[in-house]
Amino acid sequence: MIESHNLTKYFDDFHAVESVSFNVPAGNVLALLGPNGAGKTTTVRMLTSILKPTSGTASVAGYDIVTQPDQVRASVGVLTEHHGLYLRTSGEEYLDFFGDLYGVPKDVRRKRIKNLLERFGLDEAGDRRIGGYSKGMRQKLALIRSMLHDPPVLLLDEPTSAMDPQSAKQVRDAIADLRQDNRAIILCTHNLAEAEELADSIAIVRKGRIIALGNPDALKDQLLGAKEMEVRLAASHNGVGDTVSDLVTVVARGDSWFRYRAENFDRANPILIKRLSDQNVPIVSLTEVPRSLEAVYLRAVEEDEGTT
Amino acid sequence: MTKRMTNTFITRNDLQRAWVITKREIRDSFRDWRIMMPILFLTLFFPALMNFTAKAAVDFVSQYGAEIIGERLIPFLLMIVGFFPITVSIVIALESFVGEKERHTLEPLLSSPLSNIQLYLGKVFASTLPPLAAAYMGIIVYLVGLYINLHWVAPIQLLIQIVVLTTVQATVMVSAAVVISTQVTSVRASNLLSSFVIIPMALLIQGESVIMFWARYDVLWAIIFGLVLLNIVLVRMGVQLFNREELLGKDLDEINVGAMLKFFRKEFVGESRGSIIRWYRYEVTKSLKRLGIPALMMIIVLIAGGIIGFYHAALYPLPLALLQDVINSSSGLRDRLSDFGFFTTQGVGLVLYQNVRASLIAAALGIFTFGVLSSVVLMLPISLAAYFAGQAAAAGYNPLLFLAAFILPHGILEIPAIILIGAATINLGASIIAPPKGKTLGDGWLIALTNWVKIFLGVAFPLLIGAAFLEVFLTPTIVVWALGK
Repeated sequence: MIESHNLTKYFDDFHAVESVSFNVPAGNVLALLGPNGAGKTTTVRMLTSILKPTSGTASVAGYDIVTQPDQVRASVGVLTEHHGLYLRTSGEEYLDFFGDLYGVPKDVRRKRIKNLLERFGLDEAGDRRIGGYSKGMRQKLALIRSMLHDPPVLLLDEPTSAMDPQSAKQVRDAIADLRQDNRAIILCTHNLAEAEELADSIAIVRKGRIIALGNPDALKDQLLGAKEMEVRLAASHNGVGDTVSDLVTVVARGDSWFRYRAENFDRANPILIKRLSDQNVPIVSLTEVPRSLEAVYLRAVEEDEGTT
Repeated sequence: MTKRMTNTFITRNDLQRAWVITKREIRDSFRDWRIMMPILFLTLFFPALMNFTAKAAVDFVSQYGAEIIGERLIPFLLMIVGFFPITVSIVIALESFVGEKERHTLEPLLSSPLSNIQLYLGKVFASTLPPLAAAYMGIIVYLVGLYINLHWVAPIQLLIQIVVLTTVQATVMVSAAVVISTQVTSVRASNLLSSFVIIPMALLIQGESVIMFWARYDVLWAIIFGLVLLNIVLVRMGVQLFNREELLGKDLDEINVGAMLKFFRKEFVGESRGSIIRWYRYEVTKSLKRLGIPALMMIIVLIAGGIIGFYHAALYPLPLALLQDVINSSSGLRDRLSDFGFFTTQGVGLVLYQNVRASLIAAALGIFTFGVLSSVVLMLPISLAAYFAGQAAAAGYNPLLFLAAFILPHGILEIPAIILIGAATINLGASIIAPPKGKTLGDGWLIALTNWVKIFLGVAFPLLIGAAFLEVFLTPTIVVWALGK
């Protein structure tokens, strides 16, 4: 649905985006993670056919971003960096206007507007001027705008910014539903937890380049090493790690705990638990050692700084 | 997307889609008291005030037998009543794009599937229609009041002229203002640049006022025609310059003199690699090739100038006796010509200075008038020459012989120089209407300026030097010989 090959954008001497390549099939979410000025918004604007790439190619919903810009824009729903709402207009009028711009028939858009406003808890505010909305309400309205014409591709820039936890959950649920509906979604976000929850793949962007790309687990393995499990025991049991060293690779140990890696945890863990139980070793917990996306991000940036 | 709107055919679908934008903008305008209050004032209160003024003036001047003043004042005020509401259109148009950019509402619009022309037209209509409707209503209010107070009914032709003039003036102002709005990065900058719209319109209104008091209403048609042409140029310019990437991407209006000089130098030097021969071979030739159509236009302008000059010789003849006196009593002509600087190197300098100065003035005028005024300035010497040729013909002399003696010797170099300078200036003026493909307005203008300098320094100036020598030494020699003195 979204394919990009070496997409590059220079503004005079400034390299805003450099050789960015990725593929987002239908029903997938790609999260673009990166600091401000990394090139995320420039990439999104190229994919919306607002900016022309300096080099490289991309297609959105099967349309080339350079040669078929009108078709690209008709197929894309964009939640822009700034919500871009007309403050003197009511929410319903605003959505009706954009629905009309996107060619949604009148009766269809009326129904959709009503349903979407209800879904995001804005039904009672629909006839009020947007100038009176809170930040979170404005963000939700902008999100509704991007979904109104039922596009196969969505480009969402910070969709949950300025939202309370409940509204943010509503938005995340909506994005998950959209993914289920076989849409390709690019999500620009600083919220790592959100990216981890929603994204099928993550691209870490720095200084216009993608420095890491893959699904969250693959990135964790690549940058943080293989998965580790940790066993915590009720009391000190020196040497207990040695009793399982034929089964797993113990990487760290303490008096009442040890961490290990295995080729196949599904096979190794039950055997390990049984063996320890047979030895009357009191197991308190067996958990995966957390590998956060934050750690992935920081490691990726660290490695990139080391190579540049 | 980022390509300019090269296909400017407007379809019914374009108008329908543009109307979506227009409807929203008009609705938004009606909610903005800063727009509605002036429109309401100018639609209702101002025409009533002008009614009162007209009646009071007519009553006053009638006491002194000067009814003609009242007769001329009434149509003049009709024009003013129509013009004032449309001035609001500039306010709306100037912030049509840049205002949305400042309020961050532009990107969702640019991300929509509206084509560039649909977006552009939508904004133009939205800026034009409410003030124009207010102008028409104001005219109606004024006319109704005049009929009630003075039983005055506007002649149908005058009424049509005023309505058409008001409409065309509104569209010209809006077209120019929208061009400004798409090229600047802040509403403040667009307001500052609005003087390029307001001052010419103010001058035009003053001219129209003179015409109204002079009752030369037929001249209004010429003004309307000129404004229609100007509107076509401005709309085309706006369409050519409209670029989503530049609209959204440019954040600063910055004059980077260093970058401009660097660009100029790069364009000027080109592939010459320091060799003047290469410079002529590659760069000057390249610049000359760009002047095909402008040169043809300049030739047509000069021919037209010649015809106008020759025609006016019959309309405004010099006293025949004076002409014959000048020709017959030309003993000691050579000495008298020397007194004027002919046959001296000082004279060469003077002629050259005059020609260079005229070229630079023409270029300066051409920049602000899309090349039009420069063509007029450069046409004048040809018109004058043709005028005097016409006078010679009237005096019984062969005009071609006159031209061969008085003009051709130096004209053979000077006329091509005029054509090239005029063509390069038309190119320079036109560069802001339609910059080269893929270039910004600033880059396009710099390229055209560099071309102008290349043509002037490389070709025209050497020709003018040669022409100056010929004009000071050869032409007077031939003239003296031809007159047998």
